[in-house]
Amino acid sequence: MKKLLVSPAPHIHGKESTRGLMRDVIIALAPSLLVSIYFFGFSAIKLAFVGAITCVLVEYAIQKYIIKAKPSVKDYSAALTGLLLALNLPPNSPWWIVFIGSLVAIGIAKMSFGGLGQNLFNPALVGRVFLLVSFPVIMTDWTTPASWFREGIDSSTGATALSIVKEGLSKGMSMDEIFAQNDFSYAQMLFSKIGGSVGEVSAFALLLGLVYLIVRKVIRPHIPLSILGSVAIFSGIFWLISPENYPDPVFTLLTGGILMGAIFMATDYVTSPMSSKGMVIYGVGIGIITVLIRFFGAYPEGISFAILIMNATVPLLNNYFKPERFGKEVKNG
Amino acid sequence: MSRTFSIGGIHPGDNKISANAAIENFPLMETAYISLSQHLGAPAEPVVAKGDKVKTGQLIAKANGFISANIHSSVSGTVTSIEPYPDLSGNLVPHIIIKVEGDEWLEGIDRSEDIVREISMDSKEIIGKIADAGVVGLGGAAFPTHIKLSPPPNKKAEFLMINGAECEPYLTSDYRVMLESTEQILIGTKIMMKALGVKKAYFGVEENKPAAIKKLKAVASKGYKEIKIVSLKKMYPQGGEKQLIDAILKRRVPSMGLPIDTGVVVHNVGTALAVYEAIQKNKPLIDGVVTVTGKCMTEQRNFRLRVGTSFDTIMYAIGGFPKDAVKLVNGGPMMGKAISKMEAASVKSTSALLLLTDKETRRGVEGNCIRCGKCVDVCPMGLEPYLLNRLSRANRLEDLEVNMVHDCIECGSCMYSCPANIPLLDTIRLTKTQVLRIIRSRPKK
Amino acid sequence: MTTTIIFTIVSLTLLGLVLALILYFVAQRFKVEEDPRIDDVEAILPGANCGGCGFAGCRAFAEGCVKAESLDALSCPVGGNEVMKSVASYLGMSVAEKAPQVAVVRCNGNCDTRDKTNHYDGYSSCAVMSTLYSGDTGCSYGCLGHGDCVVSCSFDAIHMDPRTGLPEVDQDKCTACGACVKACPKMIIELRNKGPKNRRIFVSCINKDKGGVARKACTVACIGCLKCQKVCPFEAITISNNLAYIDFNKCKLCRKCVTECPTHAIWEVNFPIRLPKPVESINVEQ
Repeated sequence: MKKLLVSPAPHIHGKESTRGLMRDVIIALAPSLLVSIYFFGFSAIKLAFVGAITCVLVEYAIQKYIIKAKPSVKDYSAALTGLLLALNLPPNSPWWIVFIGSLVAIGIAKMSFGGLGQNLFNPALVGRVFLLVSFPVIMTDWTTPASWFREGIDSSTGATALSIVKEGLSKGMSMDEIFAQNDFSYAQMLFSKIGGSVGEVSAFALLLGLVYLIVRKVIRPHIPLSILGSVAIFSGIFWLISPENYPDPVFTLLTGGILMGAIFMATDYVTSPMSSKGMVIYGVGIGIITVLIRFFGAYPEGISFAILIMNATVPLLNNYFKPERFGKEVKNG
Repeated sequence: MSRTFSIGGIHPGDNKISANAAIENFPLMETAYISLSQHLGAPAEPVVAKGDKVKTGQLIAKANGFISANIHSSVSGTVTSIEPYPDLSGNLVPHIIIKVEGDEWLEGIDRSEDIVREISMDSKEIIGKIADAGVVGLGGAAFPTHIKLSPPPNKKAEFLMINGAECEPYLTSDYRVMLESTEQILIGTKIMMKALGVKKAYFGVEENKPAAIKKLKAVASKGYKEIKIVSLKKMYPQGGEKQLIDAILKRRVPSMGLPIDTGVVVHNVGTALAVYEAIQKNKPLIDGVVTVTGKCMTEQRNFRLRVGTSFDTIMYAIGGFPKDAVKLVNGGPMMGKAISKMEAASVKSTSALLLLTDKETRRGVEGNCIRCGKCVDVCPMGLEPYLLNRLSRANRLEDLEVNMVHDCIECGSCMYSCPANIPLLDTIRLTKTQVLRIIRSRPKK
Repeated sequence: MTTTIIFTIVSLTLLGLVLALILYFVAQRFKVEEDPRIDDVEAILPGANCGGCGFAGCRAFAEGCVKAESLDALSCPVGGNEVMKSVASYLGMSVAEKAPQVAVVRCNGNCDTRDKTNHYDGYSSCAVMSTLYSGDTGCSYGCLGHGDCVVSCSFDAIHMDPRTGLPEVDQDKCTACGACVKACPKMIIELRNKGPKNRRIFVSCINKDKGGVARKACTVACIGCLKCQKVCPFEAITISNNLAYIDFNKCKLCRKCVTECPTHAIWEVNFPIRLPKPVESINVEQ
């Protein structure tokens, strides 16, 4: 007599898995990664590799030897964190920077909170901000390393477009003067690079990733669109009032890792809100804080800090912004 | 333009591989095991004893209490015993066990194929005859139909709605009935409209059944114009009664409420056919159409099955338990009941028997919740299953009530979509029952 | 530099004093009048806050003791007779000594004695399994083995034995608080007297099916054959619904029922091992 399998309903399952979702995000990052390898060559490969491997090893070691539970590195989430961290670093970073960053990202920001699904702050961003605060010189050295793929393209030394603008403004120059002096163009920012972190290289590649994620239903458009929208609107207001002192919204959107942050960092499942209303408020908050830090703060770019600040508000957002209940009305008696 | 409900929903593949299997009569079994608890409410009281000879369609158990139903013999033969026997859950409950001898039907039951169109009874008589015939809801819940057709005096029914959605994957029994007994269903609908005193009815069918929609519209236009056939988008759980009313009328049943609170009474297609047979053919509810299907089966079948046929008899008739099957489900894959004892027998509300393979049904290893929010996106009641699951595991009943766990319709969409294979519904079901009990025991204002 | 330091010290000290005064007056003004004895009784209690006494924590129990007219109905299972005697003497009341109790698992259907008839693939919880169906063995009353009892224990006193698939109670750690009794959806666990020298006898089965059905499902089931009841000299055994039950207040631990039971469903705990009777000489015929 065959032993039947018995369980409560439902008896079938959809095709999605944690691993599949993480894999889709890695695929969405592929265009940016490939472009950055083209521009930065071995450095990009080195950073991505060290990042991913370190994160996986740290998570495996902590799970097996400290927590003494079954390691779950097969779900690709640690590898993804490592990759994202690497893409947020300056291309000339030494290997040990991304190594330390990975240790902090996985060990402190993820595992000490309880592992996958339990952390409050985005681990890759915690790693990045830790590095920014601890090693400010290395983290702001935007020297482009040589690459054997491209020849004869000028490497911009030292500064990103953003830091140039910030410095210029603080010296009292107007926006037009700064632009004229440095020969910026939108085409350059969109398709190649002006200077920035490994993953910031091509806005176009990042946007391709966004389209892929939305089509595959990995993320919903609410967070990226509300971040980009609020950054555009908020910075646009300042620019309209005083165009000589503030860069225009397109420039703001294309620099400073905003695209990377809006598409890949703020949309991290674990640290973002669960309902549509919450997501929009989260995005708007990030946008406003980013612009404030950008225009009035000491740092040239603010999205990392903005996301981390809004991460702290997510439990509150989840508590107060519940999805629309079908049975809103309650029958008495 | 197909209508649909407003929140959530999933798209499991519909797997209607048995759609072209015409209804065939299942060969008469040797023994009938008829449960006394085949309906919501109190079990029926037997009116026969060991040794009695019974005919097909004869009353063998009387409704016991307000929410209860009559039970009739589905076979003719001798009552061998009234004893505890496994039910669908494997628990021993009283069954009337009959040794089948021939197939002699009770006098008065019209067994001809002729369609009887004239409805001569009034509302009260109709409801009485439906009650006598032991008709219960064939959509799965087995709620006594005559009670649903008699709303309390302060609640007026405005519309009748017939649920032909059949949104569960694999199931095609309702589809075949809509194709093969089209006019009978519409007459049954008309009878129920008369019982309720309503002038208009809506008949919802998912758009993946175009042949049924076409035939229904054709027949309805020739004399059943008060029944509007509505095409519904193919989505699960389109057939949930709250979702159906939302899709067709854009009215929402309030929390802790019933469809009658929106002026609607919902009945399944199979129930409409049973009502036709009871009123026009004097035939009590003793059989039903059951889809026997599964990817591991060589041939898909739709049987007209008599109540009380044991599952091992059915497996024998299809050539044995399929080699690759690991699970037998009474019902659909999303909300059906997994059978643990093959000797258990079919009941009135059995509408499908599903054989699932290991690959389709074995659960994956549970991982951490990654807070992806997919369960929230798909919940048709607008709840947050990840949160309800966490609160249930911690047994925090007050917080669960605040988060409306009692509104859960147990459709399984959340668990189907969870990428981490978390058994959300397993724990939510438990606390939902507890919270409902607490809410219902509060003194009414 | 020094002025800064002096100024800081003085201003912070003043601030602290002012705030302390405010706190003091507010505490006095909004003081809740409570019987001071409650604090003292609470200090005597073990402080486990397990709820075994039926109150919401040790403080609530302390309040209950102080307000009660008699301590007969009140008992702290964790503290036991010692603690109740201290509380009684503090309050100037008397309390009857209660026999110490322990949790007893009344099922012996392990992997060897009770075969699995189907395979359960749902969430690992006895509560979920018992509401779903009759279980994965032929006995619908038996232990389901997913450890809801283990999770409920705050004293680390009950664990699943991986060899048998049944829970095992550590009698030294068990405080008879009753949490596992409530947690078991099959009502298999019972609080019984620990017994003199920790010895106790109980029927390790709660199967109410007819004897034949029960025995087919599990080889050590109680079949309701009445043999134990007939042999008990103290009328401690009652049989109802095909199941024997030993009243632990009447049982004098004579062990006659243990030997009499044909399915070995009755268990004796902490008795010395009975040596087999000496074999009489056998005539071996060639």
